[in-house]
Amino acid sequence: MSSASAPPPLSVVVGDEELLVDRAVAELVAAARAEEPGVDVHDLMPGQVTAGKLVEVTSPSLFGERRVVVLRGVQDLGKDLAAEVTGYLTAPVDDVMLVLVHAGGAKGKALLDAAVKAGAARINCAKPTKSGERLQFLKGEFSRAGRQVTADAAQALLDAVGTDLRELAAACTQLVADTEGRIDAAAVARYHTGKAEVTGFTVADRTVEGRIPEALEQLRWCLAVGTAPVLINSALAGAVRGLAVVAQPQRGVPETELAKAAKVPPWKLKTLRQQARGWTPKGVARAMAVVAETDALIKGAGRDPAYALERAVIEIAGARNQR
Amino acid sequence: MLGRVSVFDDLVGQDSVVDQLRGAVRGAGHLLAGGAGEGMTHAWLFTGPPGSGRAEAARAFAAALQCPESPDTGCGRCGSCHQVLAGTHPDVLYVRPSGLSFGVDKTRELVLRAASRPTGGRFRVVLFEDADRATEAASNALLKAVEEPSPRTVWLLCTPTAEDLLVTIRSRCRLVTLRTPPTGAVVDLLVNRHGVDPGQAAEAARAAAGNVERARQLATDPAARERRAEVLGIPARLDGTGACVAAAARLYELAEAEAKATTAGLDDQERSDLKAAFGEGSTGKGVAKAVRGAAGALKDLEEQQKRRATRIKRDTYDLALMDLAAFYRDVLAVQVGARVELSTAAHRADLQRVASASTPESTLRRIDAVMACRARIAANVHPQIAMEAMTAALYQG
Repeated sequence: MSSASAPPPLSVVVGDEELLVDRAVAELVAAARAEEPGVDVHDLMPGQVTAGKLVEVTSPSLFGERRVVVLRGVQDLGKDLAAEVTGYLTAPVDDVMLVLVHAGGAKGKALLDAAVKAGAARINCAKPTKSGERLQFLKGEFSRAGRQVTADAAQALLDAVGTDLRELAAACTQLVADTEGRIDAAAVARYHTGKAEVTGFTVADRTVEGRIPEALEQLRWCLAVGTAPVLINSALAGAVRGLAVVAQPQRGVPETELAKAAKVPPWKLKTLRQQARGWTPKGVARAMAVVAETDALIKGAGRDPAYALERAVIEIAGARNQR
Repeated sequence: MLGRVSVFDDLVGQDSVVDQLRGAVRGAGHLLAGGAGEGMTHAWLFTGPPGSGRAEAARAFAAALQCPESPDTGCGRCGSCHQVLAGTHPDVLYVRPSGLSFGVDKTRELVLRAASRPTGGRFRVVLFEDADRATEAASNALLKAVEEPSPRTVWLLCTPTAEDLLVTIRSRCRLVTLRTPPTGAVVDLLVNRHGVDPGQAAEAARAAAGNVERARQLATDPAARERRAEVLGIPARLDGTGACVAAAARLYELAEAEAKATTAGLDDQERSDLKAAFGEGSTGKGVAKAVRGAAGALKDLEEQQKRRATRIKRDTYDLALMDLAAFYRDVLAVQVGARVELSTAAHRADLQRVASASTPESTLRRIDAVMACRARIAANVHPQIAMEAMTAALYQG
């Protein structure tokens, strides 16, 4: 969308990523302003919308001024108001530019469909769910500022800041202001360190692979970002369960059943088998006992859940290669 | 149930307890007639191993106390006896905690109700099953009421052992100790009362190892027998860590299914009853407001139902774990050549196999693992995790 072209008279912004929604709306408003600097902008939250207000902002004006009407959260509009908006869609007014912001999802979908049918320009602002999409977003942020970023730097930034786009965008702006030239991993490392989002699963994976230092580091990050100890332990339990299933599989059980018993998708069996190298049945049995002990320690039998988990990581990793 | 001459007939193999209670009932008769009431007191604690009939003994005692027909034994035939045994007598308060614990609020309410005079003119009896589920605060709220109840109030508490109660409550009660009923007496009961054929009755009685309720269930419910056979089949199937996980998952599933089967119908019924009580589905002035108020009550109900389901699951795990412990006890008996009754004799092939493949030391370690698993589940460890640790320990020996 460049602000040079004329903005469409009717647009829908669909998605739940606030940053992208705000940007899309701002761009539309900016485009309208570029055409006519004195344009009236009505930015309305669902709570501010009444039938009277709608009529007021969408009725033809006496002197033909242009207006921009932004309706936020249209999925939350009541039935009557939604009908009112739908009614307007069938008979739009020339000098009104209407922007409907919809969070996506099934709620209030009828209104969305009606708008698209009436020829609305649709702008998608869904939350990026894959890390590739987030990397793409980061690269986009830097190129908007006219800067380049190396792939490892983008990944490091993503690890350190997390998944919230607003925070990512802020971090990008800050980096652009603080550094010069191409942004590389060293530049990122200078301002950002650590892990914003660690899950118990990473801890569990490192533990059963016997990599104690990494596992302990991950565990500390994990506790520091507020993951519940019980969840970390259940991740450990899951990893150990997976080992138990593939280390000594039941006879005559097909792959799909194995995956089900280990509670992993079938393609993950391969990873599990890799992890299970070096594990003896005795070691697995010991690890299972440690997990159960730790669950009790976390749930009140011990004093300090963090200590119980550290002990579990060390003991389980130590049970590997046990003969 | 024909041919009963006393409410105490239902107590299996508990002769000395029956004598004690009969004496007390006679004393109660004197008390009502204005005498000293020797042998009777206002607080009783019934203890005995699970299934020995603590609650049944307390109930029979309550019936005998209320019976107007045959004041020293309880006739078992009059209206009053029927009401007590069916749990509908107006002067008998039945308390059976359905959740994991019994809280202080309910206890205070109970104390208040227990203090009123009996409507029928004999006694007001409070029959508190599983009194060990009372929390510490709840037990403290009971103290005063149990020590000095109103003149005609009698407290009957039931717990597995006297140690399960606060020492301050224990010391205020007269103790009634039931013993593990002999297998022969349980067989007689199953054959005579429930019409089970003698072979099956003998097997069920042996399997239940003195737990009358469990014996009755095993003798009359084929699904319970199947579940037990499945649990007892586990030791022979543990041939690797994969099998350990599968066995634990299976035990977990069985318990979930059991809880669901017991509670599903009940939960829905209770929920729709409550909704109906709040006027859902009806029309008229003020209905909308009343129905809105139902949300909170509904949430409370669901909370209660969840607690009940947890308790049923725990009880199911416990049953399975006790069966497993019994199996290894029998393995030990085979290994050391003890001449005792084997409660899992039906699985003799498995017993022999496990016995010859391991040492008595490892059998003891296995029994320890089962007991550790029970303790862990009681301590709120996730049941599947606890049972995986147990099956792994059973496999390792």
